[in-house]
Amino acid sequence: MLFPMIAVLRYSLLDGAIMKPNAAFVGLENYQTIFSDPVFWQAVGQTLYFTIMSVVFHLLIGLAFALMLNSDRIDPKIRSVLRVLYILPWLFTAVIIAIIWRLLLDPNGVINGVLIALHIVNFKVEWFSSTKTALNALTFANIWAGYPLYMVSLLAGLQGISRDLYEAAGIDGANELQKFRYITIPQLMPIMISIALLDFIWTMQVFPLVWMTTGGGPIYATEVLSTYTYKLAFSRYQFSLAAASAICILIMSMSVTYFYIKHQKAR
Amino acid sequence: MAKRSLSKTVLPTVLTYLGLAVGLVFAGFPILWMFFTSLKSNTEIFALPPRLLPGQFTMIAYRSIFDDPTKVRFFLNSYLVAGVVTVLTVLIAILTAYGFSRYSFWGKNALNVFIISTQTVPPITLLIPYFGMVVTFGIFDSYFALILTYMVFTLPYAILLMTGYLNTLPKEMDEAVLVDGGSSWSALWRVIVPLSLPGIVATAVYTFLLAWNEFLFALTLTKSMEMRTVPIGIELLMGQHAFEWNEMMAMSVLGSLPLLVLYLIAQRYFLAGMTAGSVKS
Repeated sequence: MLFPMIAVLRYSLLDGAIMKPNAAFVGLENYQTIFSDPVFWQAVGQTLYFTIMSVVFHLLIGLAFALMLNSDRIDPKIRSVLRVLYILPWLFTAVIIAIIWRLLLDPNGVINGVLIALHIVNFKVEWFSSTKTALNALTFANIWAGYPLYMVSLLAGLQGISRDLYEAAGIDGANELQKFRYITIPQLMPIMISIALLDFIWTMQVFPLVWMTTGGGPIYATEVLSTYTYKLAFSRYQFSLAAASAICILIMSMSVTYFYIKHQKAR
Repeated sequence: MAKRSLSKTVLPTVLTYLGLAVGLVFAGFPILWMFFTSLKSNTEIFALPPRLLPGQFTMIAYRSIFDDPTKVRFFLNSYLVAGVVTVLTVLIAILTAYGFSRYSFWGKNALNVFIISTQTVPPITLLIPYFGMVVTFGIFDSYFALILTYMVFTLPYAILLMTGYLNTLPKEMDEAVLVDGGSSWSALWRVIVPLSLPGIVATAVYTFLLAWNEFLFALTLTKSMEMRTVPIGIELLMGQHAFEWNEMMAMSVLGSLPLLVLYLIAQRYFLAGMTAGSVKS
């Protein structure tokens, strides 16, 4: 684990790592090349957009499902069946998620069929191959795939909140909204922060979903840092540039990890 | 008065059911669509208007997978790699977690932080040096390359989950064995392991899931058709000539089956183990 990290750092300071037997030391030249590439900055922006949207919607959907599944209004049998069904998207591999959504969002696919029948759109939208919609289509597929982890953890968190707290608040005359605002949310906060930070780190590193739906295209419209790096290494064999870009991803991940570890220790 | 209480109790219930129904469509529809597409013939897939159920159920997509030794091999490879990774990971994790939860030693805290932070290292960052190492050691395109690299990712999770679980077991239990003259080795295997079975099951299922789903390393560190795993098999199928959607969906159903089965069997342990591990790590 430590050795490969040192190796990748070394590659990023060489000219032509792996490909040349005696690659020369070039200092930060590879980083300069990467930073002057507009596609790199586009990939950074798109990675952040994709990640932030995913984390926010994962959290909202996961919380909504957890609250509904925890509600006493619902028959317990239905709750336990639904809990299993709602987790299902989590069990699918990114590759499979990618092709399911390619099928659903195909220009001739069922989603366009429904939208046209309802007169919401009047032509066959090319979700994954139009520069306007590709990034959002990709983000949507990722939101679908990622909320269950939040749901499961928040459900466990909700079941851990003592009923006495709600009863005491009820005696003090608090309404449902106030109970939610002043008991549920603060009690769930540590879990929400941990998962959101972990999810942020993982989503930033996303590869298979993007690779299998759009491959970063059309014309870089969905290029994220991992696909950018992968192409540098394994399509253009520029391992040194790829290493520099990989180090940038590592630094971004590690800076969020710092907060994650600090948060874990504080708990 | 009666009307007022009605709107106060019935309306939220109806709204909650409605929300759950919307959620069910959101979560379940793509999966149902995948399943039924795998039972359609390829001409029926983009039929207009779109229909969920096939007009005529056919197993043709499944038959063409089982009749093709290359595709069967994808599945065998995935089972083999994920199985070996799971067994090795769980064994190492039990031993490490036992050390973590029962002994204090110099540098334990630093090691713990190190393990937590390895969970967050981007795979793409490690891919480049691993590619170099795998080529140098001459294990490119082998099971060995996949098993070794997967364990770098599965071990940190497994150790954290197991440590979290072992911390919930009281120390007095293994101390009782020591008082009776047993070694800490026998305390581990005769007391700790049987008691922590739920935690072990959860760890094993999660490890299997990670290894079964892995894509990036399998894509890069193997090359020949004989070494490819299921996710790469699906990718290759996708790259081929015309899109055989029914066959890709059948591959996906078969590729998700082991995880669904494992999850349903181990569900109770899995959720309990995951939360015990994550809450206490």
